[in-house]
Order: sequence, then C-alpha cells, then structure tokens
Amino acid sequence: MLTQALFRALDRKAIWLIGIFLAVAILVPMANLLIPPGQFGHVPTYMVSLLGKYLSYAILALALDLVWGYCGILSLGHGAFFALGGYAMGMYLMRQIGSRGVYGNPVLPDFMVFLNWRELPWYWQGFDNFWFAMAMVLFAPGLLAFLFGFFAFRSRVTGVYLSIMTQAMTFALLLAFFRNDMGFGGNNGLTDFKDILGAPIQAQTTRAALFAATAIALALSVLVCSGIVNSKLGKVMIAVRDAESRTRFLGYRVEYVKLFAFTVSAIMAGIAGALYVPQVGIINPGEFDPANSIEIVIWTALGGRGTLVGPIIGAIVVNLGKSWFTTTLPELWLFALGALFVCSTLFLPKGIVGLWHQVFGRRQKSVETTPTQSSDIEKGEDTASFGSNPQPKPAE
Amino acid sequence: MSKAQDTMLYLNGVSVAFDGFKAINNLSVIVGPAEMLAIIGPNGAGKTTMMDIITGKTRPDAGDVLFDGRTDLTRLDEAAIANLGIGRKFQKPTVFESHTVWDNLELALKKPRGIFPTLFYAADAPDTARIAAILDQVRLSHRRHELAANLSHGQKQWLETGMLLAQDPKLLLVDEPVAGMTDSETEETAKLLRDIAGTRSVVVVEHDMSFVRELGSRVVCLAEGAVLAEGSLDQVSANPLVIERYLGR
Repeated sequence: MLTQALFRALDRKAIWLIGIFLAVAILVPMANLLIPPGQFGHVPTYMVSLLGKYLSYAILALALDLVWGYCGILSLGHGAFFALGGYAMGMYLMRQIGSRGVYGNPVLPDFMVFLNWRELPWYWQGFDNFWFAMAMVLFAPGLLAFLFGFFAFRSRVTGVYLSIMTQAMTFALLLAFFRNDMGFGGNNGLTDFKDILGAPIQAQTTRAALFAATAIALALSVLVCSGIVNSKLGKVMIAVRDAESRTRFLGYRVEYVKLFAFTVSAIMAGIAGALYVPQVGIINPGEFDPANSIEIVIWTALGGRGTLVGPIIGAIVVNLGKSWFTTTLPELWLFALGALFVCSTLFLPKGIVGLWHQVFGRRQKSVETTPTQSSDIEKGEDTASFGSNPQPKPAE
Repeated sequence: MSKAQDTMLYLNGVSVAFDGFKAINNLSVIVGPAEMLAIIGPNGAGKTTMMDIITGKTRPDAGDVLFDGRTDLTRLDEAAIANLGIGRKFQKPTVFESHTVWDNLELALKKPRGIFPTLFYAADAPDTARIAAILDQVRLSHRRHELAANLSHGQKQWLETGMLLAQDPKLLLVDEPVAGMTDSETEETAKLLRDIAGTRSVVVVEHDMSFVRELGSRVVCLAEGAVLAEGSLDQVSANPLVIERYLGR
C-alpha cells in the first residue's frame, strides 16, 4: 500500500512535466499563428523551429538518461541512433520531392541522378510511404541497438570499454555515411526537402505542427520513461547500475535488463532525430560525429542524470547557451562548453536538479528525515513502533 | 553419481587454479537437505572461491558440482543458478544502497525475473504481507522506507539476510553473516539461521568460533583449498592438524 502511494507521488511529478509539454505544444503554435507579428507575445516562426529543435534534443537527452542515469551504461554513441532516425525521416522527405528536384527525376533523388544511378537501391524502396518511413525511424536504431547491445552485454563489456565501443560505433557510421556509394547522399547528406505529408515544409503552419508534434513526443517520452523507471524493472535497472553482480546473484539477467533499456533508449533517440530533421531541413553524416554524442552526455550531466526533468533542462539550457554563443562569440563556444562540463563535474555532481534540491529542498528534507533519525537513536526498543509508524515520506 | 542422490549440494574432486595457484584443490563437500554446514578455515583457504564456484561466478577446472542431486551447476550462469534456488549472502554486505529497505526486499522476492513480468509487476497483498513478515523477522520494520545506504553495518547484514529469505531458496550460502554485529545481534543471527535450517540447507562461512558453536552444526575446516577436517566443532577443533594450521595461529 505504501509503495503504491510512492508510485502515485512519483507519477504526479511526471504528470506535471507531461502537462507542461502538452501546454507548450498548444501555446507556442498559438502564439505563432494567432498573435500577429510585432504584437506582444508573438513567437516568430524561426523561433518555433528553434524551440522545436531544442525539444527534440530534450527527447534525445532523456533517452540517454534512461541508459546512463538509470542503468549505468554510459553510451558515447547515442548520436548514431538519433542520426539513423533522422536519416529515415530524411529518406521519406527526399522521396516526397519527386520531380521537383534539380534534375526532375520523378523517382531518383538528385544525388543519385548526379552519380549516374539508374534505379533506386533496394533499401530506398518503401520510403515514399510515410508510415513505412516512420516504422523505419523506430526499427533502424532499435535493431542496431539490439544487435550491438546483445553482443556487448552478453560478453559483459562494461564501463569505459563499452563507452569506447559505442564511440567507435558512431565513428564507423560517420565514415560509412560519408561515402557516396552508400547511397545516402555522401557528405552533403539529405536536404532541400519540400513536403511532409503533402504540406509544404517551410510553411508557418507546418512548422507550428512539427513543433507541436515534437512537444507531444517529448510528453510521451516522459510518460514512457516514468512508467519504466517507476516500475519494478526500473528498480532493477538502478540495482544494475549500483551493484551489477549482486543483481545477477538475485537471479536477474542483467544483460537483458541492459538490452531492454538500451533498445528502448535508441528508439527514443531515433524518434528525436526524425523530429529534428524536418525542423532544421537537413541531415548529413556530421550528426554521427562522436563529438555530438559527447555533447548529449554533457546536457544530461549538467541537467542532472537519474532524474526525468534533469536531462530535459540540461538539453534546453545548453542549447540556448550554444545558440547565444555561436551568434555573439562563436569562437568561444567550445571553451564555454568545456568549462560547463568541468564545472558541472566539480561543483554540480547531481546537475541543475541536484542544485535545486540543495537550495530549495533542504528545509523540506530535514523535516522528512527527522522522525527516522530520532528512531535511529532509540535503536533496539523501537521495533514496537512497527505498525504505528506515521509513514515517513521517503526523499524522492 | 549414486553418491549424489539425496544431497542438496554435492561437490566432488573440484579444483580450480588462478594463474597456476591452486585456490581449490580436489575439494569434496556434501550438504544434505535441510542440513546446516559451517565452514571454517584460515584466510585463503578457498572458502569464498568455493562459494563462487557454486554460484557460477567461477568455473572449476575439474570436478562435479551438483545441486539437488542432479543439476550440474558448472554449466549454468549466476542468474540461472540463483533461479534454481541458491541464495548467497556476501562477505561484505551488498545491498542496493539507493533503494529503500522495502524495495531491496521487493527486488529479492521470489517472482518471475523476466523483463516483461518485472516491468508490469504490481505487488499484491500476499507479496506485501510476505515482505512485511520478513521485515519483522530481520527487525527492520521501522526503517522500511529509508534508503539502505543509511543503515548501519549490522543492519545491512540483516537486510541482506532478509533478501536471502525473500528469495525463498532451497540452499543458502552465507558468507560471514555476523561480521560487525554486536554479541546480542550475533546470537539472534545464529537463532535465525538455525530456524532457517529447519526447512532449507544452509552453508555458513564464519571465523567467529563462538558463533559457529551456537550454530551447533557439522563443521568442515578448509585449508589450502581442500578439506582438512570434518565433524562436530569439538572434533574438528581437537584435530591436531586444525590446531596447527588454523586455530593455533
């Protein structure tokens, strides 16, 4: 009964978060479409797309947090899953261009015509169908994560070795996607998109709809992650993070627990990538850059790993900073990012969320722990207090 | 093989070497159903390595390790062995520190361990009652909602014993259960283990001789990876070899 109460308390936190993003999904597009430009409260269209990009990054950071913050797998290759989801969406958008390309070929994208390809490669088949493409957004990163995780976790590769392998994975994909004969547009990637589901991709309403879709996807991601981390499986994930071999001796198959978390996380990252691509208008192999994956780790660390709200805050704050820096002091951005990471490691081990708890949660926490601390002092006699215990609320 | 019949744990001629060092050397130990066995011996005698072999952490180079008279444990991994009904308590108390006392027991509770049954698990009334009963038994009811990290060393020992009970194993391997406990706690632990041994097999590794005496079980003394002496505590501690290699030191 008490655990159920705990469940509800934790759910309430997630419900707040979900409520906020659903409200954002409605309010920002309204402020863009209904309030005329120049009037107070108007959100310009470029800003809608920028915010949409941040929210897709937030989904990505949340995905990383699920494996790193909750299951202890430090993936330095999550950008690969993001990019694969992005490429699947990009392929759909390329097929939508049809005969409006520079070369006017109704089937082949421009870069294939340029390379003198006669017909569409087999792996481009079906991408003219939106739902097939969306299925691939989930399937491609999910399959890669499943196969990678299956072999890595079964061989009990952990810690820094696993991190290096994920880094190598994304680097290998970076090199592969740079090649023209891979059929994904080489180093130019996929761009010059025209339509999505028949709607012109540059149109104000489409931009607003894409933003709303991203905010809703973020809300759903929070819901799924909250459901997972508050379940018994979530507790097993934390157990794996803190004492992997102990968990094994309890009879849990640690490799499957990790595989589940890793695959779900990769699928979430793929969804984030698919929402990112139409809003920025391009996907190229640069997204596989190992540095991108490391940046995701910084967002999550800065925001606060092991919490649901932390990575979301981290992704938005760091990218706001990036947008500001790269317009005003572009050459200083990387230094600022490095300093941010060093400072968050040294001074904010639990990130912004941890700082928040430290500053605002102290009074509440001391009230919470008082009854248990007093019971510690009278240790020995207080077994009688069982049953009459006035439900001390656990911290978090 | 016939000797293995009607045993809970059957080790025959087990050897394992690490980089040429023979940690376990032709070791044979038998534990019957609902029997308690205390294992004593000097440091480096191979006590913990023996536990590692039984629970699948270490593979023996030679020998038979059979559970329940028939299951070959050398072919299984840790999770499979745990699910057969072998529970282990570690020398250093290992509990999940960022979980509450209650959650630690819920994780240990005997339930399907698959991904999806775990994901959709909801504690029902019997489960809750079982956890509450174990909390009472290990005297942690008043701390049920505290993080395990906040427990004292002795309380962590109790919690781990409670987790072992929650697993509902047929065979319990208990490594130094009373390290860091007060005398009265030690007495309570001995009583608890004797109760458990009424229905299950228990193997206890311990250095504390007064505790072993309280267990009142058969004793095996290991040294250099093999059995040095076997019998009641009085017999074993009167053995000149044991006095020379272990007690006398």
